[in-house]
Amino acid sequence: MTTQIDEMRLDGNAIGGLLHEIFAVEMTNAVGTCAHCGAVNEVGRVHVYVHAPGTVVRCPDCEQVLMKIVRAKGRYWIEMTGTRLLEFAVP
Amino acid sequence: MGFVSRGFRGKRRGEASSTRLPPGQYLVTDWPVLSAGPTPRVALDDWTFSIEGEIDEPRKWTWKEFNALPSEDVTKDIHCVTKWSKFDVEFKGVSLDTLLDGVDTAAEHATQISYGGYTTNLPLDDLMGNKAWIVYEANGEPLAPEHGGPARMVVPHLYFWKSAKWIRTLRLDKDDIPGFWETNGYHNYGDPWREQRYWGD
Repeated sequence: MTTQIDEMRLDGNAIGGLLHEIFAVEMTNAVGTCAHCGAVNEVGRVHVYVHAPGTVVRCPDCEQVLMKIVRAKGRYWIEMTGTRLLEFAVP
Repeated sequence: MGFVSRGFRGKRRGEASSTRLPPGQYLVTDWPVLSAGPTPRVALDDWTFSIEGEIDEPRKWTWKEFNALPSEDVTKDIHCVTKWSKFDVEFKGVSLDTLLDGVDTAAEHATQISYGGYTTNLPLDDLMGNKAWIVYEANGEPLAPEHGGPARMVVPHLYFWKSAKWIRTLRLDKDDIPGFWETNGYHNYGDPWREQRYWGD
């Protein structure tokens, strides 16, 4: 199986506002470690798919899921098993 | 002769069309593309579809074998949980009744698994009884990759996230195993007529 560059793919800057809402701090320059392949990337560089039932964040190195974020009914459901570590400055 | 009230008939037609759209949905004429990841491009020579899990003899078809199976043309309305509905999509594919014919299984659940890793779960009963198809054509054209081609599941009586694009495997499960969205806030069953969008609906 092969994949090709997807026109529906955005980068992590597209969810800067959403992550700020969740973490209450600027997150696009936070650094995350992928639990699947170990790659370390700035949040601004990750791959983001928003044309879906929720927001899907994927590792730019291995394309596995780092985070799934669903915001509905006044709640968030956030899955982060694909993110082993998230490092960011205390505001 | 002629005691028919045209006004009354007109009203009934109006009611009929409004009851075709599930609650909270709006009608589209295009076909929006939703995508939770990169679009898999599966070469037809490499494509297979299999039925695995709680089954004594797993079944597997190549693209050529799958296309030789008896096919059906069905026209269905589809309902996406993001609130668009599309009427009268013409699909061509193979009924799950054909694919599961004669299968002896203790499973009551099933998980669709896609090329690319997407999963979605549903009761096995919802795949049988002329309710589900694996389709390879839509509106007279080969199914485009962005819509799940070469072949996708279509289970039109549930929200469309329950119809996996790029289907690779149907796993028959004894236990109910929630899938990609079902583990993440989305309803485990997803009946559009009962507006089962999220957990607790």
